[in-house]
Amino acid sequence: MTDAIRFDRVVKTYGDATVLNNLTFGIPEHKITTILGFSGAGKSTIMKHILGLVHPTSGVVTALGQDMAKLTDLELREFRRNFGMVFQYAALFDFLTTFENVAFPLREFTKLKESEIKTKVHELLIAVGLTKEAFQRLPSELSGGMRKRVGLARALALEPKIMLYDEPTSGLDPISTQMVCELIQETGKRGNLTSLVISHDVRASLRISDHIMFLEKGQVVEYSTTEEFKLSKNPVVRRFLEL
Amino acid sequence: MTAITEGLRKSVEDVGAQVLGLVRGLGLFTEFTGRVIFWWLKPPMRLKLLFDQVYFVGNKSLFIIGLTSMFSGAVFALQMYLGIKAINMDSIVGPIVAISLAKELAPVFAGLVVAGRCGSAMAAQIGSMKVTEQLDALEVMGINAHQYLAVPRVVGATLSMPLLCAVFLLVGNFGSWLVGVKVLGIDEVMYFQKLSDFMKIAHILEGLIKSAVFGLLIGLIGTYHGFNVSGGAEGVGRGTNLAVVWGMVTVLVSDYFISSFLAHIL
Repeated sequence: MTDAIRFDRVVKTYGDATVLNNLTFGIPEHKITTILGFSGAGKSTIMKHILGLVHPTSGVVTALGQDMAKLTDLELREFRRNFGMVFQYAALFDFLTTFENVAFPLREFTKLKESEIKTKVHELLIAVGLTKEAFQRLPSELSGGMRKRVGLARALALEPKIMLYDEPTSGLDPISTQMVCELIQETGKRGNLTSLVISHDVRASLRISDHIMFLEKGQVVEYSTTEEFKLSKNPVVRRFLEL
Repeated sequence: MTAITEGLRKSVEDVGAQVLGLVRGLGLFTEFTGRVIFWWLKPPMRLKLLFDQVYFVGNKSLFIIGLTSMFSGAVFALQMYLGIKAINMDSIVGPIVAISLAKELAPVFAGLVVAGRCGSAMAAQIGSMKVTEQLDALEVMGINAHQYLAVPRVVGATLSMPLLCAVFLLVGNFGSWLVGVKVLGIDEVMYFQKLSDFMKIAHILEGLIKSAVFGLLIGLIGTYHGFNVSGGAEGVGRGTNLAVVWGMVTVLVSDYFISSFLAHIL
């Protein structure tokens, strides 16, 4: 099994604070991996390193075989198109409608005709379970679950190789949570994508993940398949599972 | 004695901290300006976003510019008339008002209006995008947020301000004519004769150049405070407030330096 993302002895410090402490791990290709942990464990910092938004103090971060620190700013911007990201609160552009939000990356980065963009956006929005009535609504007129779905459709528009989800179920009701979980699973399988989920929602993570990593104070406490993770004897993991 | 020394020390420390904060802010603003100019020169130039900003800063400010300029010209003509009527020089009200409008009042007043109306909106729009991770979403997609958000706003304000200044000048002079000639009874022929005798193209040019510089500064200050918002809705409010205050202060302070510079070349 090849790793789509690799961290090799990664250390990240901000002043005196060590956020990532000699981290070494790999995220396997075409699987759903979840990084669990309490707030401040370093989960978001890992995401920023993968996207090349920050670089490690020491160590190497590679994605799709590319050392992120060796890319120039412009190369990095090109490279980021391999990633699709769904933000915690969807981060939809509030001045654009649902349709325009999903069309946005296609208009920016492809030479597709407007008719082709229209077809593709409709396909994506229907695939994530939105009906046509929502297409012309502004993000402020959508529910939290709908916004997440639009965010997912937008992230998938450029057919990324790696999908990143930042707290995908945060702030959602149980039904929306279940729906988002199903979408993450379907999306991963359909596109043969590598998916990395950052979460502190244990139940949802156990439901959707192939692998789970538990992070505490910038270090990996446990990293195993979901089945093994459920049986972990690590006291911190057990405490988290029993919350 | 110790209490006095302590109080004095604290006061000096406070002043020092404020000076350091100002210097640091100036450094960050200079860095931001460099970044915006760098991305301004790099393709693609998103013309639709630029036109949207020209429309927002220019067209949407027309009513308030028209209203303020009309009454500025009118009140200035009235005060001039009352001041110089005693020495029988009321026929030069027209050129005095027109030259003052062209060189100072039109660019400065238009600058203050745009700083209040558009600088605040720029900071609020970008600031709220920042706190809701929309700037991160742009960056993750590979789009430079400075190029996408700051450049069109800065260029839009720079292009729109001379147009607004020209409108201010035109409507202000109309207000001056209306009060001077139609209300106060200054001879119309003399009014226009003196106007053409004293008014020069250089006066108008000075105002237009000034207003373009004001537009550039207002755009930079508005977007800078938007990009530097932190801490949710309260942070957006703070950023908006700073954009307005610094926008207005910068217009008034830079006015002197631009005036003295242009005095040498025009």
